[in-house]
Amino acid sequence: MKYVDEFRDGDLARRLAARIGAEVNPARTYRFMEFCGGHTHALSRYGVLELLPPQVRMIHGPGCPVCVLPIGRIDQAISLALDRGAIVCTYGDTMRVPASQGLSLIKAKARGGDIRMVYSAADALKLAQAQPEREVVFFAIGFETTTPPTALVVRQAQSLGVRNFSVLCCHVLTPAAVTHILAAPDAQRHGRVELDGFIGPAHVSIVIGSAPYEPFAAGWHKPVVIAGFEPLDVMQAILMLVRQVNEGRAVVENEFTRAVTRDGNRAAQAVMDEVFEVRESFEWRGLGVVPHSALRLRDCFRAFDAEHRFALSYQSVPDHKGCECGAILRGVKRPTDCKLFGNVCTPDNPVGSCMVSSEGACSAHYSYGRFKDIPVVAQPA
Amino acid sequence: MCLALPAQVVERRDADEAIVQLGGVRKSVSLALVPEADVGDYVIVHVGHAIGLLDPEEARRTLALFAELEAAVPGAGPLISTEAP
Amino acid sequence: MPVRPDYIRPLDFKSGRIDMSHGAGGRAAAQLIDELFLRAFDNPWLRQGNDQAAFEAPPELAQGGRLVMSTDGHVVSPLFFPGGDLGCLCVHGTINDVAMAGARPLYLAASFIIEEGLPLSTLRDVVSSMARASREAGVPIVTGDTKVVEQGKGDGLFITTTGVGVVPPGVRIDGAAARPGDVVLVSGTLGEHGVAVLSQRESLAFDTTIRSDTAALHTLVADLLAAAGAGVRVLRDPTRGGLATTLNEIARQSGVGMHIDEAAVPVLPDVEAACELLGLDPLYVANEGKLVAVCAPDVADAALAALRSHPLGAAAARIGVVTEDPHHFVQMTTRFGGRRIVDWLTGEPLPRIC
Repeated sequence: MKYVDEFRDGDLARRLAARIGAEVNPARTYRFMEFCGGHTHALSRYGVLELLPPQVRMIHGPGCPVCVLPIGRIDQAISLALDRGAIVCTYGDTMRVPASQGLSLIKAKARGGDIRMVYSAADALKLAQAQPEREVVFFAIGFETTTPPTALVVRQAQSLGVRNFSVLCCHVLTPAAVTHILAAPDAQRHGRVELDGFIGPAHVSIVIGSAPYEPFAAGWHKPVVIAGFEPLDVMQAILMLVRQVNEGRAVVENEFTRAVTRDGNRAAQAVMDEVFEVRESFEWRGLGVVPHSALRLRDCFRAFDAEHRFALSYQSVPDHKGCECGAILRGVKRPTDCKLFGNVCTPDNPVGSCMVSSEGACSAHYSYGRFKDIPVVAQPA
Repeated sequence: MCLALPAQVVERRDADEAIVQLGGVRKSVSLALVPEADVGDYVIVHVGHAIGLLDPEEARRTLALFAELEAAVPGAGPLISTEAP
Repeated sequence: MPVRPDYIRPLDFKSGRIDMSHGAGGRAAAQLIDELFLRAFDNPWLRQGNDQAAFEAPPELAQGGRLVMSTDGHVVSPLFFPGGDLGCLCVHGTINDVAMAGARPLYLAASFIIEEGLPLSTLRDVVSSMARASREAGVPIVTGDTKVVEQGKGDGLFITTTGVGVVPPGVRIDGAAARPGDVVLVSGTLGEHGVAVLSQRESLAFDTTIRSDTAALHTLVADLLAAAGAGVRVLRDPTRGGLATTLNEIARQSGVGMHIDEAAVPVLPDVEAACELLGLDPLYVANEGKLVAVCAPDVADAALAALRSHPLGAAAARIGVVTEDPHHFVQMTTRFGGRRIVDWLTGEPLPRIC
C-alpha cells in the first residue's frame, strides 16, 4: 500500500529510535501528550512505546471522541430509541459505552431499541429516505475530521427536503480541549500534569490546518509537532519535540507535510461553518464543562437538530466513583493507577469510556500493553 | 474512529462521487470536501469522504528525512538542555 | 379431462416461497424433502426415508480408535458471498471441526430452520452447494430436519450441521497439549473469509477480488498426520475471532504462552488493504479454510513440508513458538520491531460472518 507501507518500515524505526535515544538528555523526563486517539492506537499496535528511551513518557490525551462523550448524551440517544421510537444510527465504537441504568446502546438494542450501526452519516440519511414513516436520528460524534461529512449530509437533507431525519450533534473541537488541559481551571479536582509538548492530531489537522495550534506554542510555551498517522511519523514527531525541548524552542512544527498545510482544508471549514455554530459550553466526560468546545446546528438547520425536534433536555450524569477516566483523559493518571483497571473494568465489561473505544488509553493499554505491567515477562524459548 | 487512509483516485463519477483504490480494493467515496482531486491523485479518506489531498513531493521529502538519520549531520549530536529538568 | 390420480404439482423453484406448511410435517413438508433435499443429497441412508440413519462401526474403532462428534450452527449473513455460501460453509465447517481432532469425517446431519417467505430458488441454491461440497469431500449427509419459522424471526435461513468421525488409535490431539518449545504453524494466508463476507454488506460497499477460503481440510490433516504423527499436539481452525482468538484459546487451555512474529504471518496484500480500509486487524478476521497446528519441534519441518505439498496448504508458514508463561499471553514482535500482546477479541465488532 503506497504511502502506508513506507511509513511502517522496521529498519527506519530502529534507526529513529536510536536517534531519539542519542538526543534525549539522560537526566530529565520528556512528557509529551498525544492528542489523537489514532496516535494512541498506533503507538500500542506497533509496539512503538517499547522502542522509545525511558526518558520519553507518552501521555494519552482526550483525543478519543467516544471517550469524551458524557453519559448524559448516550442517555439521550438511548431515550430517542426506547422512548420515542426513533431509529438511532451510530458509529460502532459508541455502541458499548456504558450509560445510565446499566444500559448502553447495544444493551438498549437488545431491549428492543431500533439502534443501527452505520459507517457514515450518509448511510443514516439513506435510511431516512428509505423509511419515510420513521424518524431517523444520526448520533454525530467526532472531532473536526468527522464533522464536515456530517455537515454535508445535513445540507443534503435540507436540499432534498427529507422530513424525518435529524442529527444529535455531539461534535467537539480540538483546540478548545487542548486549551482546557493547559489551563486546567479545576486543578484541585482533576489534578494537573506538567507537559513538555504535544503531538498534534493527524487528520483533524488536515481539516483545521496547523495555524490553530500556534496560540498554545506562543501562549503557553509548549512545542507542538503535528504528526502523521503511521508509526514512523509519530516517532519522527517525538524526535522533533525532543529537539525543541532541548533547544528551548516552542513552536508549531509540521511532520505531516504530505497532508497538512497551515490553512487546512478550506472547503471543509466552509461547509462546517455553514451548518454549525459553536455552543457556549458543553460537558466533556472527564473534563467537566468546557467553554466553546462543541458544535450545534445553526438556526436555519433547526429542523435537523434532534435536540430541538424532540425537545430533549440534557441531564449531566456523574461517572462511577472509582472511575479515573477524568484523570486519565487529562493525562494526570495512567490506566494502571485506576483501581478498577483490569479487574472490574475490562474491554468486555467497561465501566468508563477510556476502556470502550479501541483508541482509549485504558483499552489500548489493556489490549496491547498490559504484559509490561507484570514483572515476569515470558522470554521466547 | 480516527481511521483515515491514503487511497488513489482511479475514477471520477457524477456529482462528487469517485472510486478510490487502496492495495487491490476499490471503494466509492465522496470528493465534496476535496473537489480539486483528479484521477491519479492520492486523497486521505475518512468515513466515506476524501478530507484532504496527499502531496507526493512532501511524502518523498518526509521519507528522505527518515532515511537521512544515520548520515552525519553537523550539530545533530545530543544537545544538553541548560534548563532545569 | 382425465385427472391423474397420483399427480402432485412439482415445487415451483422459479417463483415459489417457503411457507409455514413446509415445516408442518405434512404433505408439503414431505414434498420439500423429496424434491429438494433428497434429490440433492441422494444417498442410501436418505433413500430409506427414516427419521434417523444407522451405520456400521468404522474399522478404526475395533483397533482402539475413538469416535468424534461435532456440531455447529451457521448464521452467516448474507447467504451468498464471493467464494462460497451458507451451504458449503456448513459442510466445510463441520468436517473441519471433526478433522481438527485428527479424525476421519464419516457422516453429516443437517437441520434447517427456514424463514417463511424464503424463495425456494434460494433454498435450492444453498442446498445444491451443500450437496456439491459433501460429494467433493466424500462425506454424505445422512439425516436431517426442517422447520419453518414466521417471517421476521430468522435471517432467511439457519443451518445446524453435526458431524461424526473416527480417530485412529494412538492419536491424541488436544487443545491442552501444547508445550513450551513447540512450534506454531498456519496452513496459509489469513483473513479472506471475513473480508469476502463483509464486502457484500451494502453499507461498506467496497470492490475486491478477495474470495472466501472456505474448504474442507480433512485431507490436509491426513497428510499432516502421516508426516508428523504424534508430534502434532494441537489442531484448530481459526474461524470466528481469527488467529488471535485461536491462539489465545490454545494458550489458556494448555497453560502456556506464545510468541509470534508478525512478519511471518501470511496475509494477501489485498486482504491487508481491505482490513486497513475497514479498520480491522487481519489477526482477528475469520477464516474457513485454514488451520493452526502446534507441533513438537523435531517434527516441525516435516509438518510444514507436508502442509505445503497439499493444494490447500501451499502458503503454510511457521509463525512462532510456544513459551512458558503463567499469564498465558500471546505476545507478538510487530513488523515494526516493537512488541505487544495479541489479546482476546472484545465484544462483537463484526456482523455475523460465519
